[in-house]
Amino acid sequence: MKIMVTVKRVIDYAVKIRVKPDKTGVVTQNVKMSMNPFCEIALEEALRIRESGLASEVVAVSMGPSQCVDTLRTGLAMGADRGIHVEANDSMYPLFVAKILKKLVEIEKPGLLILGKQAIDDDCNQTGQMVAGLLNWPQGTFASKVVLDKEKQVATVDREVDDGIETLCLNLPAVITTDLRLNQPRYATLPNIMKAKSKPIKKFTPKELNVDIKPDLEIVEVTEPPKRKSGVLVSSVDELIEKLKHEANVI
Amino acid sequence: MMMMLDTLRRFWGRKMLYRMKISLVLQILIGCINTKAQANSFYNHVSQILKYCNSRCLAVVPQGGNTGLVGGSVPVFDEVIVSLSSMNNIISFDKVSGILVCEAGCILENIMSFLDNEGFIMPLDLGAKGSCQIGGNVSTNAGGLRLVRYGSLHGNVLGVEAVLANGTVLDMLKTLRKDNTGYDLKHLFIGSEGSLGIVTKVSILTPPKLSSVNVALLACKDYSCCQKLLQEAKRKLGEILSAFEFLDGQSMDLVTNHLEGARNPFSTSHHNFYVLIETTGSDESSDKQKLEAFLLGSMENELIADGVLAQDINQASTFWRIREGISEALMKAGAVYKYDVSIPVENLYNLVEEMRSRLGDAANVIGYGHLGDGNLHLNVSVSQYDEKILSQIEPFVYEWTSKKRGSISAEHGVGLMKANEIFYSQSHETVQMMASIKNLMDPNHILNPYKVLPHSITS
Repeated sequence: MKIMVTVKRVIDYAVKIRVKPDKTGVVTQNVKMSMNPFCEIALEEALRIRESGLASEVVAVSMGPSQCVDTLRTGLAMGADRGIHVEANDSMYPLFVAKILKKLVEIEKPGLLILGKQAIDDDCNQTGQMVAGLLNWPQGTFASKVVLDKEKQVATVDREVDDGIETLCLNLPAVITTDLRLNQPRYATLPNIMKAKSKPIKKFTPKELNVDIKPDLEIVEVTEPPKRKSGVLVSSVDELIEKLKHEANVI
Repeated sequence: MMMMLDTLRRFWGRKMLYRMKISLVLQILIGCINTKAQANSFYNHVSQILKYCNSRCLAVVPQGGNTGLVGGSVPVFDEVIVSLSSMNNIISFDKVSGILVCEAGCILENIMSFLDNEGFIMPLDLGAKGSCQIGGNVSTNAGGLRLVRYGSLHGNVLGVEAVLANGTVLDMLKTLRKDNTGYDLKHLFIGSEGSLGIVTKVSILTPPKLSSVNVALLACKDYSCCQKLLQEAKRKLGEILSAFEFLDGQSMDLVTNHLEGARNPFSTSHHNFYVLIETTGSDESSDKQKLEAFLLGSMENELIADGVLAQDINQASTFWRIREGISEALMKAGAVYKYDVSIPVENLYNLVEEMRSRLGDAANVIGYGHLGDGNLHLNVSVSQYDEKILSQIEPFVYEWTSKKRGSISAEHGVGLMKANEIFYSQSHETVQMMASIKNLMDPNHILNPYKVLPHSITS
């Protein structure tokens, strides 16, 4: 069985984000870019499934400008077998990613599609759900545990939901999106970095796949959240009630 | 006041082997300042304090972040503590030249955050950055993790304002890269550990922050591979090399056992030595290519047994945490005897091996340090302080270092702990000259007595 994993190139999680002065977006020039943390977890899970003998191949997919190849190389260095780069210079909104993924799935025919639950740059949390809908595949999102049964062709997924943990049983092929507690991703070791250099990366464009990625969303403005105001010390309960009533207007 | 006294005494007591009796301590805190007019009045405060103490022959010990490792900031008998902690303002910063002027009580990490916003970094970085203050860093000529790239404070500090024992304020606070007018006296205050004057302001050259930082943690099978790797790194990585640290297998075990959340990236195999290499440059892809080529080449030449390359900032911090966390892990493991020596690189690890065979099962001897600068941090970890163990360590460690013409204190300074051992690394004539300068600048010997110079010379 093949597993397909999407990996997104985003601003590194540890970087202090700054909004561009023209408010059209955030500063990405000279800023460190890395693989989306949830995508790392998704790839790690795919690798573990392959290592346990339940899958034969892990294919990493990334969509965006030419630098996405760096992200794919990281994925290959972690242990993915092949990479696919869909080259596009426009913003990749979740619906377009989902449509392109559908086409790639038709070509590659994987038994499992694993994605990060969301990207840390847009926090959309939509792609996994959308592609499952387009493919008409079952989905297990916010996975904190995944157990595969090859014989029955079923995946048992523990999901982290507000009420606790929900366990679902999905028939394969299925879509899984990963949450933080699923696993701890491995490091890229030197021997694997060396092997990654000879692993193939196939290129596609949205046009070749017959997907129209003209955006139907327009970003109007990007601003910083309002700065947190400092707290106020009150000297008595009466003063607290007074402030809650007349200043905060909450009682 | 008594509680503070106790805290000061106990805090120090844990690091050092001594338990000192302090009969009376007066701690003077200098409040914060908002305007330049007030600023000038503060230097008058330090100046007035010293003038008064000098007239009454009252000994004084300057204190900053209290992170020193040789007892240099601790009162021994009845010294008045002058704490610079409240003098923590950044006075000015020139974005073009990168020259920063600030007060001595600024915490290093705070200065780093300020500079980060401006697109610059400090030329020094050490594990104690969250507490140590720049005045103390300058007074001890702190080394740290980036010396191999940016050099020592003697090169980066452009100016100093210091107050002498008699209250005279020496304003040498220039912001010039080059100034050859007379004797460059600021160097006397860099590294003299508060014994020649109290540093109140510092002007320092800060390097621009470069965008591409890469960190790799490598495993080597023996020390000679670490050494050869250093040679290769200096050649192949050249100008982008910004840190080269090493730690032995025992250090790694200590960290993974005692530090929360720390895990060995090479969890499946045990290695004898680990090397942490950091590169800092302006071009992400070319730096990464250079580093990868160097690492793969070293692997083919069997200099490295295995290695991991950090793929994001989080992974890089994890690797650094292993190296920077060794001190913390040592504290958690029990009592520790710390030594900081500079030895020619070929012999560096021999000291650790000899100490290990001397002490046998009585102690866990670990070695780690700034291999790029030939600086070994030798630490002997025991469950409790024990005079018998100490007698096995000292003076052996000093004699050994002296024989190799090394320094008994590469970067930690001499303080109280090694004042009498200075002769292991300096000639008598040199120490005599130091004493003459001390007598000239502090005739009543009120500044940080019992420290830096041997008691035989100063009494």
